[in-house]
Amino acid sequence: FSSSLTMARRYDSSTTTFSPEGRLHQVEYAIEAINNAGTCVGILGNDGIVMASERRITSGLLAPAKTSEKTYKLCPHAACNVAGLTADANILIDQARLRAGRYHYQYQEPIPVEQLVEHVCNYKQSYTQYGGLRPFGVAFLFAGYDENHGFQLYQSDPSGNYSGWKATVIGANNQAGKSLLKSEYGSSSSSEMTDEEETSPDVAGALRLAVKVLNKTMDGTAAAAEKMELFTMKLDESGDVVHHILTQKEAQAVIDEVEAETASAGDS
Amino acid sequence: MDTVFGIQFKGGVVLAADQSNARSILVYQNNLDKVKQLSSHSAMGVSGPNADLVNFTEYIAKNLALYELANDGTKLSTKAQANFCRNELAVALRKGPYQVNLLLGGYDEKEMTGSLYFLDYMASLQKVPYGSQGYASSFCLSIMDKEYKEGLSESDALLIVEHSIKEIATRFLINQPNFMIKIIDKDGVRVHSFGADPAET
Repeated sequence: FSSSLTMARRYDSSTTTFSPEGRLHQVEYAIEAINNAGTCVGILGNDGIVMASERRITSGLLAPAKTSEKTYKLCPHAACNVAGLTADANILIDQARLRAGRYHYQYQEPIPVEQLVEHVCNYKQSYTQYGGLRPFGVAFLFAGYDENHGFQLYQSDPSGNYSGWKATVIGANNQAGKSLLKSEYGSSSSSEMTDEEETSPDVAGALRLAVKVLNKTMDGTAAAAEKMELFTMKLDESGDVVHHILTQKEAQAVIDEVEAETASAGDS
Repeated sequence: MDTVFGIQFKGGVVLAADQSNARSILVYQNNLDKVKQLSSHSAMGVSGPNADLVNFTEYIAKNLALYELANDGTKLSTKAQANFCRNELAVALRKGPYQVNLLLGGYDEKEMTGSLYFLDYMASLQKVPYGSQGYASSFCLSIMDKEYKEGLSESDALLIVEHSIKEIATRFLINQPNFMIKIIDKDGVRVHSFGADPAET
């Protein structure tokens, strides 16, 4: 690894060139950039999806954002969470919104979620192969619902790769978050079921689990509602998709529940 | 001069079209199949010059096949297919129009029903319970208006088709001895009957 670091210098300036080891260094550096960004957790529940992110308040003088700087609605049935360069993300979100709209114009039907994700990813990939431009320094969590596959959660990175997940974390300390998810996702504490088998949680359980993960990744800072953004996607009674960013009060309620849970966890 | 018509029934759609391929006073062929299959559970009856009939239906059918290949086997609903066709007609309209008038019929597994769409060369689109294209309309629409009932069965629908063909044979100036009739239901697209076998060269 050390020798490839010194050699890497010669091959890392251009996105469109492989290194002798068969790596695209610019793409890898872009992925690194995201590891410094605010954490985002995504959890697929059986009746919806939760996306929770860390809100980084860089200055007290900042005017509060009218909308989120982490969660973006792409179309009535899909939304995404961003980790990385917000300016880069804006371009890609525009692309996603256009694609969803054009698909609906052409077919008069909502775009299947995976097709939307793949479109954005193909766009990202082209910046790793053509034009000599740098890749996008953004990783996404996509949450969406379609008739074919129900609720789905996808993760994508600057390379243009994507995969579907039951639960995942991107951004700062994502490894710590992922290990927590591995042990806790599907266990009875996060769902109302008391089966021994792994079951997916409901949205309420997923929210609590997401807060738990953020507590871990934001390790050192006290859990507070202003530092987190909690987003849920569910269906209403008429079968329409509902996007909801929890209010301060609702978020605090979840944080309190988690606190109570961890406090009583020590009791046998 | 083409006769194309279709009727939605409970659990599917029936499409019928004459089999004559002619221009001006000359008949080229009497066994042409004008009800072209688009996907496993959809087809469209086409009225218009043979060149556009073939060009347009093959273009749509292959694009639908590409969609299924590119998207892991996901099928487009009949409504989506009809809207896709409409969009293609609309784009071509101000460049080089496809001179085709269509009746697109399909079966959707999710809703377990058939549906029928009327499209014309100017890119209009309307979902209809029954419809027809061309001169035939003057003769068979009134029959369908009278005899069609919502939720009618496949055999009822075929009876209406039979009555319509009889009316056209009696009253339409152009002689159309052969008709291709296809049924689309949960089992896909199948030929119910034809006047002359398209496979015969």
